[in-house]
Amino acid sequence: MQPLTTEQVRALIAKGKLKDTLFQALGIIFLAIGVAVIVLLVGDMIIRGSERLTLDFFMNFASRRASQAGILSAWVGSLLVMLVTALAAVPLGVAAGLYLEEYAKRNWVTEIIEINITNLAAVPSIVYGLLSLGIFVYAFGFGQSILTAGLTLALLILPIVIVSTREAIRSIPAMIREGSMAVGATRWQTCRYHIIPYAMPGILTGVIIGLARAIGETAPIITIGALTFIAFLPPVPFTATGAEGATAGLFDWLMSPFTVMPIQIFNWTSRPDPAFEVNAAAAGFVLMVMVLSMNGLAIWLRYRLRKNIKW
Amino acid sequence: MTANNASDLPQVSDRLAKNAMRNVSERIIESILFAAAAVSVLTTIGIVYVLVSESIHFFQNVSIVDFLTDTQWTPLFDDAHFGIMVLISGTLVSSAVALAVAIPMGTVIAIYLSEFAHPKVRETAKPILELLGGIPTIVFGYFALLMVTPLLQKVFPELPGFSLLSAGLVMGIMIVPYIASLSEDAMRAVPMSMREGSYAMGATKLYTAIHVVVPAAISGLAASYILGISRAVGETMILAVAAGMQPNLTWNPAEPAATITSYIVQVALGDLPHGSIGYQTIFAAGLTLLLITLCFNILGQWLRRRFREAY
Amino acid sequence: MQIHDQPQLKAEARNFNFFYGEAQALKKINMPIYDKKVTALIGPSGCGKSTYLRSFNRMHDLYPGNRYEGEIRFFPDNTNLLSPEVDPIEVRMRVGMVFQKPNPFPKTIYENVAYGLRVRGENNKRVLDDKVEQALRGAAIWEEVKDRLQDLAPNLSGGQQQRLCIARALATDPELLLFDEPTSALDPIATGAIEELVHELKKRVTILIVTHNMQQAARVSDYTAYMYLGEMVEFGKTDEIFIKPKDKRTEDYITGRMG
Repeated sequence: MQPLTTEQVRALIAKGKLKDTLFQALGIIFLAIGVAVIVLLVGDMIIRGSERLTLDFFMNFASRRASQAGILSAWVGSLLVMLVTALAAVPLGVAAGLYLEEYAKRNWVTEIIEINITNLAAVPSIVYGLLSLGIFVYAFGFGQSILTAGLTLALLILPIVIVSTREAIRSIPAMIREGSMAVGATRWQTCRYHIIPYAMPGILTGVIIGLARAIGETAPIITIGALTFIAFLPPVPFTATGAEGATAGLFDWLMSPFTVMPIQIFNWTSRPDPAFEVNAAAAGFVLMVMVLSMNGLAIWLRYRLRKNIKW
Repeated sequence: MTANNASDLPQVSDRLAKNAMRNVSERIIESILFAAAAVSVLTTIGIVYVLVSESIHFFQNVSIVDFLTDTQWTPLFDDAHFGIMVLISGTLVSSAVALAVAIPMGTVIAIYLSEFAHPKVRETAKPILELLGGIPTIVFGYFALLMVTPLLQKVFPELPGFSLLSAGLVMGIMIVPYIASLSEDAMRAVPMSMREGSYAMGATKLYTAIHVVVPAAISGLAASYILGISRAVGETMILAVAAGMQPNLTWNPAEPAATITSYIVQVALGDLPHGSIGYQTIFAAGLTLLLITLCFNILGQWLRRRFREAY
Repeated sequence: MQIHDQPQLKAEARNFNFFYGEAQALKKINMPIYDKKVTALIGPSGCGKSTYLRSFNRMHDLYPGNRYEGEIRFFPDNTNLLSPEVDPIEVRMRVGMVFQKPNPFPKTIYENVAYGLRVRGENNKRVLDDKVEQALRGAAIWEEVKDRLQDLAPNLSGGQQQRLCIARALATDPELLLFDEPTSALDPIATGAIEELVHELKKRVTILIVTHNMQQAARVSDYTAYMYLGEMVEFGKTDEIFIKPKDKRTEDYITGRMG
């Protein structure tokens, strides 16, 4: 090989730098496509759905006439299902994370649990729907109820809650633990008064991300056979039900049929009548606002957390 | 014995009793936490149990050979055929389209963010990608059906209203954040000294990224691709909304077709009696889906071990 | 045959200052680097010797916020390596570097050595084969690896990896070769091999080497510079620096009273 002349070297470098620039442009374009999709989605839904985005839309039940149909039962259903999901997933996930980080011995049982959690995170969500159909709906007899849906989604987001709990706990330095143990606290007291409070922001971030995922999940809820046309609300505790003289019990709403936002959107997108597209757009926008603000909150929380940690 | 001693003794035993109590309650708490961790294992057992037990009933009526080789999928017709290949073809074609979008886009974005972008750009871009990844799939389905398909029809007028192509493209966009984020993490874990070695040879950024950073991070990249495949294969709502739900043995993305997941949704939307053959098909389909994702996960773990980095 | 004792200049730092952001890491450095000689940079950790070394191939350009002031002149063409008009890539094509910790690429032994040639657009198999063999011979590792050129480089031992990195740098015939504490991660036997190699290499290439090991500096170098707190305290022939240092600080360091 002849040594390259200065001109050749410079030409080579110029070519290499051109490729760098082109690649950088490609990276920016691809990122821009991602941003554009979010903007387009939200923008299209606002424009298409704007005529429905009135208070009535939030206060009306589903209807056969597009212009009168609303999302009352859907957003109430989503909130109640999320309540059940959170009440089930948070204690279970935090307890499991706490066990794995603070109690578990390094043995094959622990290893199986860990591998299992990793693999569960990769299981398609519809499979959780099938699990729930077989176990909660039929074996436990919960039927197509808010309870079933909430528990299904709780199992679905459990890996997210466990993993974020573990990460939050792992970021607490050992000296906190040792300090607490040194003054005679038991392991549980250390967890109760030190580990859990310090890990709380991190856990909360994971919980919000998990719930944001759950509130948008459609497939597992459809799979359990949730009805898609619901023109009533679950019974409010201690109010009169339709039946003569009967009042609803404290937990009757758990067993009530329901619908949720994503199912309502799916229902409207699959109608042949294009008038329902407007409803789908409006409901989609509401769902997007819910999900994006939850994710935004989590991202902000994590950002705050990183800035404030000073051990 | 002096009075002093007498008053001391009960105190010691008191304290011992209290310690014993403490130990008991510590044990109980540990068991409760362990039980919470074990829920994830129970979930897996539950999934396998439900899918396998219902599938056994199914395979008592349908031979495995027919299941794997029949070229028709008409389980609800009088002349019932159960050729799962029909659904698998839809799943594979839509996943291939999605990955053809997501792998190049995700990888380019990851390389750009890890090797080129200013830290501030990276800090802004990652949360945006996260938001994109958090958009509910039903909303992506709406996007595919009402925005992408009409757009594609302007370019290819023969494209039907439902197609694997537009569903797959949108699925690809949905998967980009997962691949970009995981790949970027893997590339940033490559030690700086490796890059310096390449820059010191006079290499440009792109050359260094492609010839040093990517090979060094290959196992992380492979893991992110595998996760992308799992997402694509298990994705449900985009396909249910935008790809049509008629079973169609095809390798042509421009056609509508059902996938394993959208078939399950379709059946769940109807009202099939518990225990009927139609009811059992969704569990057989779900088992097939789970096995496919399992294969990819095992492949991913094998790849990771194969390309374990040497640094 | 060189008649004059004073050899030709290969490079020269002139009033060179370096800043990490606001912090000044190098102060007014003036120092010659002589052609086909080994120059050692010694001094306590944090004295700026690595920072100085890494200025010769503009490594600091990889990170934002770094700033050079003054000149490093490179001969025979009298280019200022630090000038903003000079592309750092062009500088790196002329100046090779071997790092503290061996950093072979996750590629085969062959591809590691061919890397710089491929960067320069050379893809002819015959040329590459030739150059790879020459470089591996030059780095005294040819006999050990000639039968397994297609093995992955990270599987070599630490000492072999470092010699491979030297071969990688040699393959492109650099004019100046920078060594940043090349033996600090190696055992004594591997260290001996590298030192011998450095001695051999100065017939072909100018060498600048950072070391925290004074015996090593005494063994391998022709010239030595003692740095302290970002300043060039003393520069001279290695024999003179070690036998009768002019500066009190150099003497303290060399006799082990400091650092």
